[in-house]
Amino acid sequence: MMTIAQTGEHAREVHPLQDYIREDRFPHIWCAGCGLGIVLSAFLRAMLQSGLDPDRVAVVSGIGCTGRVAGYIKLDSFHTTHGRAIPFATGLKLANPELEVVVFSGDGDLIAIGGNHLIHAGRRNIDMTVICVNNFTYGMTGGQFGPTTPSLARSTTSRAGNVENPFNIAGLAAASGAAYVARWTAAQVRQMERSIIEALQKRGFSFVEIISPCPTYYGRMNRQPTGLDQMRYYRANTVVRHFASPHEVGVGLGGLIVTGKFVDTERPYLPRGE
Amino acid sequence: MTRETSKTVRHDVYVEKEWCKGCRFCIEFCPQHVLYETDETNSRGYHTVAMADNSQCIGCEMCTMVCPELAIHVVTIDGESEQGE
Amino acid sequence: MPAERHIQGEFFMSGDEACAEGAISAGCRFFAGYPITPATEIAERMSDRLPEVGGTYIQMEDELGSMAAIIGASWGGVKAMTATSGPGFSLMMENIGLGIMLETPCVVANVQRAGPSTGLPTMVAQGDMMQARWGSHGSYSIIALSPSSPQEVFDHTIKAFNLSERYRLPVLVMTDGAVGHMYEKVNIPPRSEIDLVARRKPEVAPAEYWPYQPGADLVPPMANSGEGYHFHVTGLTHDERGYPEMTAEAQDRLIRRLVDKIEKNSADILELEEDGIGGAKVVVCTYGITARVAQIAVEHARSEGIPVGMLRLITVWPFPQERVAQIASQIETYVVPEINYGQVSLEVERSAGGKARTVLVPHMGGTVHDPQTILEAIRQAAR
Repeated sequence: MMTIAQTGEHAREVHPLQDYIREDRFPHIWCAGCGLGIVLSAFLRAMLQSGLDPDRVAVVSGIGCTGRVAGYIKLDSFHTTHGRAIPFATGLKLANPELEVVVFSGDGDLIAIGGNHLIHAGRRNIDMTVICVNNFTYGMTGGQFGPTTPSLARSTTSRAGNVENPFNIAGLAAASGAAYVARWTAAQVRQMERSIIEALQKRGFSFVEIISPCPTYYGRMNRQPTGLDQMRYYRANTVVRHFASPHEVGVGLGGLIVTGKFVDTERPYLPRGE
Repeated sequence: MTRETSKTVRHDVYVEKEWCKGCRFCIEFCPQHVLYETDETNSRGYHTVAMADNSQCIGCEMCTMVCPELAIHVVTIDGESEQGE
Repeated sequence: MPAERHIQGEFFMSGDEACAEGAISAGCRFFAGYPITPATEIAERMSDRLPEVGGTYIQMEDELGSMAAIIGASWGGVKAMTATSGPGFSLMMENIGLGIMLETPCVVANVQRAGPSTGLPTMVAQGDMMQARWGSHGSYSIIALSPSSPQEVFDHTIKAFNLSERYRLPVLVMTDGAVGHMYEKVNIPPRSEIDLVARRKPEVAPAEYWPYQPGADLVPPMANSGEGYHFHVTGLTHDERGYPEMTAEAQDRLIRRLVDKIEKNSADILELEEDGIGGAKVVVCTYGITARVAQIAVEHARSEGIPVGMLRLITVWPFPQERVAQIASQIETYVVPEINYGQVSLEVERSAGGKARTVLVPHMGGTVHDPQTILEAIRQAAR
């Protein structure tokens, strides 16, 4: 936990994360009640507490609302093509193993178009941290359903209710071979921050899923029209079950959300040591 | 862990009003219920948040962490700082 | 770190092997690729050689990942390359656009085979030449080289790395299944005799660095990740700070610079080989393996007394439109043999501007031309 030790009138305006946000681009573009800013904030706090050298941290994002995170972070940051943040990050890391590479992207970018790269990065256990913000929708393009949208949920391309089965991303990441898999909701700010610290410090493929509100689309179309509605829902319907089987923690519409650290193992990773 | 607090330590919040989007997460998550939505609006039309009674603020920073806009943070006023973990 | 193993001397090598050695000689220390005929041997050789020189080989799950990985590696400060053929080239197109937009030095070798689609996987063609120019969406410019022999594959791969570092963009080495799989003598000079270009670095402190503030040559200096510059770069249309700026005005500024960066520096980039142009009535304009076949036809034609010259394109993109236009005003006909149904010939015709006829000698792919067909075309043109 960061302790503020500032006194006097002049200290008031300085945000504790000021050195690492591009203030000239704030207020950011995300909607009122969107959870992305919470995850951004938790990530920066975690990074500062993790002992990593900020000059060596590189953030890579894809396309989508979550993908815009890279543009607000005052570190080496790359806003790349849809679904390709993970292979971009793989090249970055293997070329320069001293970098701490963080992929920050959304459910559509990482699991739909980027799904193949996700599972191979897990298989290789590439030493990087992936923060996957799951808001169950394709927000940037206007609220279509995606591979994590629960069955029966409404979206702009499933107005009568989603007829597909969703992925359980934590299970997918674990099955692919990720060395660290955790899931939190945007309401679990302290746990999220601690988990990201662990993920950053872990050698291997660390995957942190964060369930986050989308008031404008997913929430509004599924009777939770404000971010607050969704945050209250998370608080009332979330349990923490560390080391629950990652294959049994799927998220259904109106159901329980199982959070926690599901996987934390050691296995060979890339790049290999010298 | 012991906490040394001076009687004069108080906490307050600084709100970057132009960044606030009136989502009310800070109000909801404040364990002391000391934040409220004002009648004031910023240039985007959002009602900004303010501290009602800073003598009740315990400086837990829940508001700082849960604000998606990075628009609010805790400041310590009146001298000695609080030593946390 | 293993000792660097630069091989030198004369070797009997295939074009693909020469491509890998050219890359190693150029300082390439990262390869990400996916096996595809007839480029697979480049990957195989890189997988052996890169660990010997302290580099990294990774076999990605597909060509989309491969192209993304080499861009990432380049931003990590390492010269990076991939190699593929037609179907993989198509998959790489979106990220070639990313490389253009982020202005990332890297090299893509396309050992062309007959298409479209699966086509003739093991057999030569030159059908990707227009795709090399326009395969990614949007308006942009690119550099593509066309070697005619394993020696040239070696030389042009080094050239490609140098151009990519100098101008900050992906550079394409457009070989083909014939040059790629043929074995010929390749001379690899001592390392000290190979001139290498490295990307220009920023000369300002991190706080003053704007990633896309260009120099007078329209090329911005490039900071690598991990050097403390804390830059942001994006595939969105951006301003000189690297921040997304989604306006027509920013688009105009950026696109003009990305294109002018190449077109206005074309004198430095272009390389042609001319033979017997002066006094010629017919000029055979050709590139790659077809240039060697055309050479036979040209020699025969000259022995028949036909005043025929040869213009060999080493740089196909940017297209040498000025030189082609100039020559057009001195001759009657361009004969353009290529292993496709007319691609570079369209550029020749456009550049000739009606001052000379352009005659295409097409071959759909699978083998090289029979020199007789090119000779016939020269004879016809000279009548």
